[in-house]
Amino acid sequence: MIEFQILLPSIVNGLTLGAVYALVALGLTLIYGVLHIINFAHGSLLMAALYAAFFAHEALGLDPYLAMPLLAAAFFMVGYALQRWVIGKASHGKDQNVLLVTLGISIAIENLALYLFRADTRTIETPISYEMLDLGIALVPYPRAIGFVAALGIAALLWWTIERTDLGRAIRAVAKERQGAKLVGIDVDHVFALSFGIGTAVLGAAACLLLPSFYVSPGVGNVFVLVAFTVVVLGGMGSFTGALVGGLAIGVTESVGGLFLGQQLGQLGIFVIFILLLLFRPTGLFGSRLA
Amino acid sequence: MTNANGKFAAKKFDRRTVLAGAAAIGTLAAPGLGRAQTPTIKVGVLHPVTGALAFSGGQARQGAVLAIEDINARGGIRSMGGARLEALLADAQSRPDVGAAEVDKLNEAGAVAIVGPFASGIALATTQAAARHNLPHIVDVGVVDQIVTRGLTNTFRFGPGIGTIVDTALENLVRINDQAGKPTKTVMIVHEESAFGTGMATTLNQRLPQLGFEVMETIRHANPTRDFSNIVLRIQARKPDLIIPSNYYDEYVLFARALQQNRVQTKGIYSILGGGASSYRFVKEFPQAADLVMDCNHWFDPRKAASLALKNRIEAQGLFFTYEVFLAYSCMLLLADAIERARSTDKAAVTAALAASTFSDHIMPYGPTRFVNGQNQGARPVVTQVQQRDIKLIFPVEFASGNPVFPRPVGRG
Repeated sequence: MIEFQILLPSIVNGLTLGAVYALVALGLTLIYGVLHIINFAHGSLLMAALYAAFFAHEALGLDPYLAMPLLAAAFFMVGYALQRWVIGKASHGKDQNVLLVTLGISIAIENLALYLFRADTRTIETPISYEMLDLGIALVPYPRAIGFVAALGIAALLWWTIERTDLGRAIRAVAKERQGAKLVGIDVDHVFALSFGIGTAVLGAAACLLLPSFYVSPGVGNVFVLVAFTVVVLGGMGSFTGALVGGLAIGVTESVGGLFLGQQLGQLGIFVIFILLLLFRPTGLFGSRLA
Repeated sequence: MTNANGKFAAKKFDRRTVLAGAAAIGTLAAPGLGRAQTPTIKVGVLHPVTGALAFSGGQARQGAVLAIEDINARGGIRSMGGARLEALLADAQSRPDVGAAEVDKLNEAGAVAIVGPFASGIALATTQAAARHNLPHIVDVGVVDQIVTRGLTNTFRFGPGIGTIVDTALENLVRINDQAGKPTKTVMIVHEESAFGTGMATTLNQRLPQLGFEVMETIRHANPTRDFSNIVLRIQARKPDLIIPSNYYDEYVLFARALQQNRVQTKGIYSILGGGASSYRFVKEFPQAADLVMDCNHWFDPRKAASLALKNRIEAQGLFFTYEVFLAYSCMLLLADAIERARSTDKAAVTAALAASTFSDHIMPYGPTRFVNGQNQGARPVVTQVQQRDIKLIFPVEFASGNPVFPRPVGRG
């Protein structure tokens, strides 16, 4: 059967696709882990980051990979400012308000993009867009291979930051016990904003890694964010390892499912996993590390 | 206005001052009253300008609005004292139910007719909603044949339906293949999941074997699809002579890029209503992937000066000259011609004028318009091919601007 002949390359494809999902999910899981909110603006912020990477390439001639540190820094500031002066202020400390505020931000960003950039789909060509890495068992486009390695690197960096630095300790303290953290002198609002900023910075990096092999349009965030939510639930809300493993698992499920069940039903597997997890292991594979 | 004591501040006005002031305010509020009023005729321009179909909807709206500008610049509707057309812009939000609700609003707002709504699914709903109000509805893009087979007397489709498109596509595929010595025997179909792609695939699976082609596999994919690697793997394993894709622009781009990355060698890519193959944007952004791709699609008449003038105007605005633009543009001209002949904004009169239309001053390769049960009989698609970073029309021969290059030389594509 043809499916078995191409099974290995299909799994490799799934892993590289899953790395993209993991990248998008990493920021989402950090924000959930600390702030205990589902950030509905995550997809819109990814879209904004993709546009930023696109215009950095088109207007300034910046290669997306070189633009990555710049965009990560810029989106850190965007995220910090959003949490500190918009979401934090407007939500008045109520989680349900945060949900509505992030939903509102999402609608505002999407429509602003539609107004400014029109609904046009935009893509870029880089010198490696058509280059393939020969792994022996499969050919992988270079942009995908770079995305895979970078996803591992970013997940490791986040893990190290949370586990080994004072900032990480503060974030964990706030995630675990807000009042206690406040009592020992941690500026909780600052840590919230820092966490949101880091989560958004990861999106800036993800956009740079995604753009060479994908496209950007005002609705592009929705293409990934639903899967990213599934990844976060699968891995365990607040867990970086979970987001990485969950992303890769979902990528392989989609790819192999598509191979045997057809491309359309392959995506069904993602949501079957989502429902099964909610039924049998609602805390996800790796539980909640931060909270 | 109150003063510090809470009493009205007294200010003396005599009667003349009040009258003069009132006259001045009246003049400011209605500056046009002093001169003769040009009558206006409201026309609905209904497209999905937000949501998943926003790009295409926006392009179509632009085409319709440009046509209205041109009609007004030429003196409006002369038979009605130079009445100017006024666009009532409506957004179907890429949803049939919203499209239908917008029809009701347009009718309330006094639209004499509607041009739109780009997508088949939306058109099925909007034409039906318009029929409740006896409101003439010209469908600019919407290929599903049920749009004009439900007996709705208010519905007129200017472009071709899916049946005509598939017939023309296959007829020309056989011709191109025969001319090249029949190098193509096996085919793989890659199509999107909606009624448009699925219906097309069903028809192709019935017709292609009758024409001597073996359909090796038909692959349906979701909208959106984030990754085409598996589909390309299957194509590489099957090694078809020809790939027939039928999908929307975003997926078409990802698919074409995946084919190019994996150096898939086929004798050709022959799209039917391909999302990108007849797009100047695709050609500009993916010149390698687009090279020698053929497509059976809507296309303007390249021999008409008006077509090229409109193309230049659109491109000067930083837009791409896509089929949505020139079809919506032509449909608005068709409506203006009908109102001109109806000499009235009465819906029934406009409907009758459309039904009897012989309009030929459009930019499509259709010839004079002739509606039978709401379908323009002259409407037909053409076959294009990307050659040297340009889109050439290769069939029908009378409109051709290039000759087909088939099969693709080894190493290209």
